[in-house]
Amino acid sequence: MNAEKIFNNLNQIKLSIDEHQREIEKLDQEIGDGDHIFNIQRGIKESLDLKDKLIGQDPDQVLKEIGMKVMTTVGGSSGALFATLLINMSKKYNSELTNQKNIASMFTEGVEAMKKRGKADLGEKTMLDVFIPVSIELQKLSDHEDVKYIAKKIKEVAKNGMLSTEDLIATKGRASYLGERSKGHIDPGARSSQLAIEAICNTIIKT
Amino acid sequence: MKKFINNVDDILSESLTGFADANTDILEVKFKPDFIARKSKPAKSKVALISGGGSGHEPLHGGFVGYGMLDAACPGHIFSAPTPDQMESAANYVDSGKGILFIVKNYSGDIMNFEMGTDMLDLENQTIIVNDDVAVEDSTYTTGRRGVAGTIIVEKTVGSLAETGASLEECKTFGEHVNKMTASMGVAFTSCTVPAAGKPTFDIGIDEMEFGVGIHGEPGRKREKIKTADEITSELLGAILEDLKPNHNQEVLLHINGFGGTPLMELYLLFNSSKKILDQKNIKISRSLVGNFTTSLDMAGGSITITKLDQKIIKHWDSPVHTPSLRWKM
Repeated sequence: MNAEKIFNNLNQIKLSIDEHQREIEKLDQEIGDGDHIFNIQRGIKESLDLKDKLIGQDPDQVLKEIGMKVMTTVGGSSGALFATLLINMSKKYNSELTNQKNIASMFTEGVEAMKKRGKADLGEKTMLDVFIPVSIELQKLSDHEDVKYIAKKIKEVAKNGMLSTEDLIATKGRASYLGERSKGHIDPGARSSQLAIEAICNTIIKT
Repeated sequence: MKKFINNVDDILSESLTGFADANTDILEVKFKPDFIARKSKPAKSKVALISGGGSGHEPLHGGFVGYGMLDAACPGHIFSAPTPDQMESAANYVDSGKGILFIVKNYSGDIMNFEMGTDMLDLENQTIIVNDDVAVEDSTYTTGRRGVAGTIIVEKTVGSLAETGASLEECKTFGEHVNKMTASMGVAFTSCTVPAAGKPTFDIGIDEMEFGVGIHGEPGRKREKIKTADEITSELLGAILEDLKPNHNQEVLLHINGFGGTPLMELYLLFNSSKKILDQKNIKISRSLVGNFTTSLDMAGGSITITKLDQKIIKHWDSPVHTPSLRWKM
């Protein structure tokens, strides 16, 4: 893990989100209010602009700075939640651990903080339906040596988590006002989160 | 989409700049982080009231910054909660030593961002969560009732109390009381169009209405065929009165709010429909407010809000106020 890799991944996330812009926008218009795609695109752009300033710095510092940037430029639920994830991940960074163990422990810390901030858990039709299973799987695979294998598994878990939101009734966030009517739609936050995780996994698989 | 736009990314900053320049006697707008604050510091120490939320609901909240109401407002991007640094900066700017009272509409994004703002803040502070919308059932299975048009009634009355030098605790308790006495529900005839999206947020048939709609065009209780004004009013008031359970001869404030795309003429017609029903039920409208106060961009439709009045609420509703969008007795 280093600053260059983090920004490289962020760039891959940007490409994937941009490619799926219309789809995310549509999902949010169906069960939200249509602001999600603009918020995440703004957050990614603002974060990428930090590259020159942060290149060469320690990964925890980079994640924290990106988290602060997301917190102060995105707004809405997604801004608060993604910022909470990144800032809390940075707190757990420990370069003495293996990459696998380090990332698993950082990610778990970040996801636990998101659960608290959003007062939400698994099965409420939110981005946590992607993040929680991914953090559990990362812990489970943290002794595994083959990072490409881990990336493939994580990609699969994230996708299943995203797909699971389709049949759920939203009980958190703006989609919850739809009640039963929220069924049959994938949660836009879960979709954008899954795309981000998938982009990172693909980068690992390809290298 | 036909809107007054130069560049879609500049909508908010250009609008805020115009808002500041049009109200130089009352307020000023600070950028990066963005907030709107009263121009003159209070003569003596008072609890500072700060509200905020996504933009697109104007005049809420910036239009209510001024004497007798808010000390500051934090505008987010359109329909997106403001960021924590906005709340922190606004609080430090308007603090006059008696603490900060945040007034937050009950939406997940607003709650989270205001919480993060208070985490960053070194000043004594409290938060009132407004949740007057009876369209959404308040149960453990939902995020809870939303904060909608009743918010300005909380802002006006608590703002008045704060001017008297009341403590942070007194202001919070009174605000929660006013919130509890207040219930709202709305109906939309058309969708709003978020400028960045460039097209309507939701599709709705020419003869349909979204009953119990939220102030971002997000759905409410049900989609139905449009009915007469009296029938719609009867349903809206039915839900509101079921929640408030007013006594015989109860005095109330009736607030008819437009969502931005409905003419004032229709809002007065809605007032008339409401009065007929309230008269029948022996509920006395002793205060009223009609207009576009909590809007949803260009959405057509409106909401009805009722606040059960007592002497204290009446006193603080009637007291002088001087903001861009609510002004009387001064």
